[in-house]
Amino acid sequence: MKTEITFKIGGQQGEGIDSTGEVLAVTLMQQGYQIASYKHFASRIKGGHTYYHIRASCDKVYYWGDTTDILVALDQESYEHNISAMSAGGYVLMATNQEEKVAEADGCTVLYVNFTRLAEELGNKIIRNMVALGAAAYLMGLHYELFKPLVEKKFLRKGQALVDLNISALKAGYEHVQQLGLSPFQLAPVQSQDQALLSGNEAFAFGAIAAGCRFLSAYPITPASEIMEYMKSHLPKVGGVAVQAEDELAGILMAIGAGYAGVRALTSTSGPGFSLKTEAIGLAGISETPVVIVNSQRGGPGTGLPTKYEQGDLNTMLYAGHGDIPRIVLAPSTVEECLTMASLAFNLAERYQCPVIVALDLVLSLNKQTCPDFRAEHFEPIDRGKLLSEAELEALGEFHFKRYRLTEDGISPRAIPGQRGGVHPANSNEHSETGHITELPEMRQAMMNKRLGKLTQFKMRGYEFIGGEERSVQTLFVGFGSTRGVLTEVVKDLQDQGEDAGLAHIKVLYPFQAEGLSELARQAEKIVVVENNWSGQLAGLLAKELQIGHKIHKICKADGDPFTKADIMQHYHQLVKEVV
Amino acid sequence: MAKLKEFKGDTPTWCPGCGHYSVMAGIQRACLGLGLEPHQVAVITGIGCSGKVSEYMRCYGFHTLHGRSLPVAQAVKLVNRNLKVIAAGGDGDGYGIGAGHFVHAARRNVDITYVVMDNQIYGLTKGQTSPTSRQGFVTKTSPEGAGEREVKPLELALGAGASFVAQAFAGDIKRLTELIQQGMEHEGFALINVFSPCVTYNKVNTYDYFKEHLLDLKQMEDYDPHDLAQAYATVLERQGLVQGIIYKEDRPAYHTFLTDYPDQPIAEQNLVRDDARLQQLWSEFK
Ligand SMILES: Cc1ncc(C[n+]2csc(CCOP(=O)(O)OP(=O)(O)O)c2C)c(N)n1
Ligand code: SF4
Repeated sequence: MKTEITFKIGGQQGEGIDSTGEVLAVTLMQQGYQIASYKHFASRIKGGHTYYHIRASCDKVYYWGDTTDILVALDQESYEHNISAMSAGGYVLMATNQEEKVAEADGCTVLYVNFTRLAEELGNKIIRNMVALGAAAYLMGLHYELFKPLVEKKFLRKGQALVDLNISALKAGYEHVQQLGLSPFQLAPVQSQDQALLSGNEAFAFGAIAAGCRFLSAYPITPASEIMEYMKSHLPKVGGVAVQAEDELAGILMAIGAGYAGVRALTSTSGPGFSLKTEAIGLAGISETPVVIVNSQRGGPGTGLPTKYEQGDLNTMLYAGHGDIPRIVLAPSTVEECLTMASLAFNLAERYQCPVIVALDLVLSLNKQTCPDFRAEHFEPIDRGKLLSEAELEALGEFHFKRYRLTEDGISPRAIPGQRGGVHPANSNEHSETGHITELPEMRQAMMNKRLGKLTQFKMRGYEFIGGEERSVQTLFVGFGSTRGVLTEVVKDLQDQGEDAGLAHIKVLYPFQAEGLSELARQAEKIVVVENNWSGQLAGLLAKELQIGHKIHKICKADGDPFTKADIMQHYHQLVKEVV
Repeated sequence: MAKLKEFKGDTPTWCPGCGHYSVMAGIQRACLGLGLEPHQVAVITGIGCSGKVSEYMRCYGFHTLHGRSLPVAQAVKLVNRNLKVIAAGGDGDGYGIGAGHFVHAARRNVDITYVVMDNQIYGLTKGQTSPTSRQGFVTKTSPEGAGEREVKPLELALGAGASFVAQAFAGDIKRLTELIQQGMEHEGFALINVFSPCVTYNKVNTYDYFKEHLLDLKQMEDYDPHDLAQAYATVLERQGLVQGIIYKEDRPAYHTFLTDYPDQPIAEQNLVRDDARLQQLWSEFK
């Protein structure tokens, strides 16, 4: 019995690889398995190698794994690309139009099957993928009947005939391989559980709606577009509005407008768009307008690698803009956290009246993971901060409401347009307490102190310790974002090999939360910062914030693809050799 | 009923004689004319001498970034239908750095009024050439005369699909007020381009110049503002030197195209989490 299994289907883009992978992933999720998946694709609509990699496990996983137990290769390229990553004893289902046969290669069994012919015999070669999926299902020890509910959900709208066709395709593939007499894998059974399968983008968008976000404005860009697409179809259901803006500047400015007018507002983008938003981040900062900005990082700079992954925008998110800007930068590391951090982000934006930037990355944004069903306790209760009611405003009785009142904690009570008694100008110029332009040195200094000072009270646990009970370890790994999945497993493997290792995965990038982390860093012999960018931007941040530059070892990769576990292990062992 | 003084904010620092004083007065009087109180109005401005109108008036205001008043203003209106939303700024602000937003705001047709104080020069940065400076116009940045053909705001607005296009003159405050008020009454995007002389840096396009050259469309008996072809023809023939409502189209505003757009302003909705509704959305991931 295996407690987990990995599956990969590869072929040409536009061939339905995605939807086939999806059908399997959802079915496994419905059976109760935990899923981590990874989609590989190129920046073109049709053609080009693509694959969908699924890891199904009895335990929680956030990484899709280095190896493949079952590979469905719908073309030669998929075979060549992926054969080296097969696990010993694995199966390859290789599409062929020639002789069908079973062969041994690279320690696994290769079945050459004419999926196209099988599909055509059923009357439509379009269902070739489903035949292949049926074949793979047999090898996985999954009965094709298990797919029925999902196939119905997907195709019933288009008629019973299509449902039947798909089921018969699954059955044909299943039985075709069954009669070869190979022994399928046995996946340990699990209790079915209440869970869902979703991507980081979907999770964040759903979380935002749950958090009371009622306005989104954005401009399409990979890999952030789904956030806008989700909002376009679902925000109206909760009384909100989503606007596709003319560019990223309008995207954030509209969100700022909505935030100023009292609505929880979001804009979503990726690197090039984030760069364009820079001036407006300053506007939100100085005018103390709440707004949430999601930046799903991709390979930069310029247009860079539009469909590839990188964590290269960290510095930009921390420092973008001229002058000193109050801001908060959060970094979820799993799909579940995308969900929960959304509510945190909107609360912080209103509590501190400043822009909150949420750092996603392509891997997190686009790939699906299982999440337990949402429950109220996943979300922070909505906290609108110092937003005054009309009655409270009336009680102040001010003709010129002091929107930027200098308060002890630096956060001023807020009024929104439409409220009698709160009339004021908000301002991107330096201003007095009433919001009117001033250049008086004392007022300028007081306002700077207020805006930048308000975040000094910001205290949160800034990281999650992974690798058992939190304790000081000899080797402390540090990362942020989607590397969490692979790093968790690296640490576990090293522990299994007898090393004293742990992971501090950073969740709050700014204002940097040193508490706890500085202790861990001080006591560690080696600090290994693993990140997907060229220069080691997180390492730079840690060196600055924790004064531990001399102890830091960097493992960086900026080739567009995520780390595999083997990658990190290899770098790590290299590094240990050099250090000794 | 509110009084004019309730709409007065900070003391302006504009040069004596600047056209922007009249434009502000026009906006204030239009608000009074419509029976509005300061808290029911939001004036969203860009940057420039013109942009300061949001703090010289007393109402909800947002003095944003150079060229960026329109996106902010549109969002304010979309989330709060109860507000009268006015975007305001200069010609540099609106037709230079913010030209992209202008074109899209016009075609999007959100129900806001956009007042552009067109002085054909950059005032706040002390006299450089602006997109509406006539070709050949001499400034510090065009010592040999501006090389580019000027932007023509009315033609641009008509071409972009603005559903209300008007032009006014700071020297005729009565007419200016009337036009701004009509723009505010129009349901959809309304442009009021106002010739607002910069007495400090523009010695060509002066009050006298406009008094001499402007034709009021009221004087054209057969002028029909619903006739797009006539609007173009008149603007071309008069080289843009007209006053009045140039074009008016009764076209549904942007929000009417939005699915389930709520009657109650979004900004006034109570933010309680609706778990049943969320459950429904969540089930799509199962
Ligand atoms: C991004 C940016 N670029 C440049 C400026 C400098 N700037 C301020 S106002 C202005 C021009 C204003 O001209 P106009 O919009 O015609 O308004 P006026 O001052 O004439 O009323 C410029 C270029 C700025 N504030 N921001
Ligand atoms: S510089 Fe020109 S536009 Fe600016 S206040 Fe003076 S007259 Fe008005």
